[in-house]
Amino acid sequence: MAPSVPKSPTGIQGLDEITGGGLPRGRPTLICGGPGCGKTILSMEFLINGARQFGEPGVFLSFEETVEDLTQNFASLGFDLRPLSARKKVSLDYVRVMPSEIQETGEYDLDGLFIRLGHAIDSIGAKRVVLDTIETLFSGLSDTRLLRAELRRLFDWLKTKGVTAIVTGERGDGRMTRHGLEEYITDCVILLDHRVVDQNATRRLRVVKFRGSTHGANEAPFFIDETGISVLPIASLGLQHRVPPGRVSTGVPDLDGMLGGKGYHRGSSILVSGSAGTGKTSLGGYFADAACRRGESALYFAFEESAAQIVRNLRSIGLELEPSLRKRLLQIHAARPTTSGLEGHLSAMHRLIEEQRPRVVIVDPISNLISVGTSVEVKAMLARLIDFMKVRQMTALFTSLTIDEGHPEGTDVGISSFMDTWLVLRNIEMNGERTRTLSVLKSRGMPHSNQVREFVLTSRGLKLLEVVRHQGRVLVGSEREAQGGGAVAARRAARRESRR
Amino acid sequence: MSAKPTRQSRRPRKIQATAQFYDLRLYVAGQTARSLAAMANLVKLCDEHLEGRYRIEVIDLLEHPQLARGDQIVALPTLVRKLPKPIRKLVGDLSNTERALVGLDLRPRAPGKT
Repeated sequence: MAPSVPKSPTGIQGLDEITGGGLPRGRPTLICGGPGCGKTILSMEFLINGARQFGEPGVFLSFEETVEDLTQNFASLGFDLRPLSARKKVSLDYVRVMPSEIQETGEYDLDGLFIRLGHAIDSIGAKRVVLDTIETLFSGLSDTRLLRAELRRLFDWLKTKGVTAIVTGERGDGRMTRHGLEEYITDCVILLDHRVVDQNATRRLRVVKFRGSTHGANEAPFFIDETGISVLPIASLGLQHRVPPGRVSTGVPDLDGMLGGKGYHRGSSILVSGSAGTGKTSLGGYFADAACRRGESALYFAFEESAAQIVRNLRSIGLELEPSLRKRLLQIHAARPTTSGLEGHLSAMHRLIEEQRPRVVIVDPISNLISVGTSVEVKAMLARLIDFMKVRQMTALFTSLTIDEGHPEGTDVGISSFMDTWLVLRNIEMNGERTRTLSVLKSRGMPHSNQVREFVLTSRGLKLLEVVRHQGRVLVGSEREAQGGGAVAARRAARRESRR
Repeated sequence: MSAKPTRQSRRPRKIQATAQFYDLRLYVAGQTARSLAAMANLVKLCDEHLEGRYRIEVIDLLEHPQLARGDQIVALPTLVRKLPKPIRKLVGDLSNTERALVGLDLRPRAPGKT
């Protein structure tokens, strides 16, 4: 990496990634955005993380909320500021500037603010400072020229104090802040945005500039939940992750056979796409079960069915998930995709994956997540989720519902490039019957079968039938049984009958 | 420069209709020209308009930075009228007497008098 300015980590997931390590150390950063965009929370988290994780005490100077209000609001977000204040790790102060109380009678400067801030910094040895929102001064004091000059002096003074500062500013008409703070704070500017797209409120963060450092320039979604702020950089984590050795069974011996006899690569991503009722969930369930049988933990995200329904349905094809669930080797998390925004889902998934550290993850189906987002960002965020799991060497299986029966590959092109193995399931209607087929569209790094195999779900598990050719055609269903003849065919016919 | 003792006016003049006592606190930072101007302006103003019923306390924040918080001091110099209530804040060196008098809720005795 190119040499870059020294940085102070924010400790905020994703933000340190975008900024390549944090905010410029010893310099002020401007964070601007409209009301309710998360400026205060982001700033406070920067301060709290500094105090808790990086041994850097911090001063929070609020121009808008009283110390009591701040403490209460952050308590509701899960941040208890009182012990940090008591241990002199964080100093909170409320600067009240009420125009009704103030009469200007001559020349003045902002030395009072400097002295207050300086005293707060010195008394706890602060390395971080937040001024939220300093532009409030403009409403209380009328001499804007003087205020601008004083703010410039303040920011310079903060640099000489060597503190890493966040200055927040309210978004102004046609510019980033109402009073043009961006003219004075030139090292780093971060823009926050809160908008509603398709009834879903989404938050966005963008690093507008970062002097002396490369940074992600794209908008990154972020969200605020009980753990604070998480930013999801659209950019991928990069492709430097280690590849774990070994292969893992698909849970279906016949399918292992199609994949060079050994199954999926460990740590790879698998896409199972197909139209409704082609057996996607069944493949996911068998894969999860195989992991549990090896004693590995599996995490199953269900976006279509409840956990109980999945267990019941898979039982009907010979898969008993209860024991693994009881041993907590398998965890099923079911949620309707529309219950929260896409960002919310991905954050929840990130968190669960981080907490449970499963070896195998199933997302069933990923296409339901696509329904809550616009496709560009979905791809970006899925890419990120996939990278996130790859870095952790987890093997992930995604199912995807394809609508277009004619070209099932078409709808998945966007996400398929992230996938190492792609299984396509189809329903073929022929001679008055429907037959499921399975083929391996791709499987990186392994020899794999090029055949379209008939895929049957039986009460004793999943089977892939041998291809039967007749006069240059692949025969499926009753035709193949007629052609295959004999006891085998009779047995299959019986089995076929039983599952109807 | 620490808190100065009470300074009383020695010139008895007309008794004001509302003879309230003025408790004033002037915040400054060091003996700068602006601080000294503010003090001089304040004493003059009090002598002329508040004979015998005011008290001035000068607080140098360079010596007592912790005191800035209590009275919500941001700009300097700042004169805080603690009494009579409500609290008023006069920001600046008090060179604009009219504004200072308005800020203290004092009407000038005669128009044009500075």
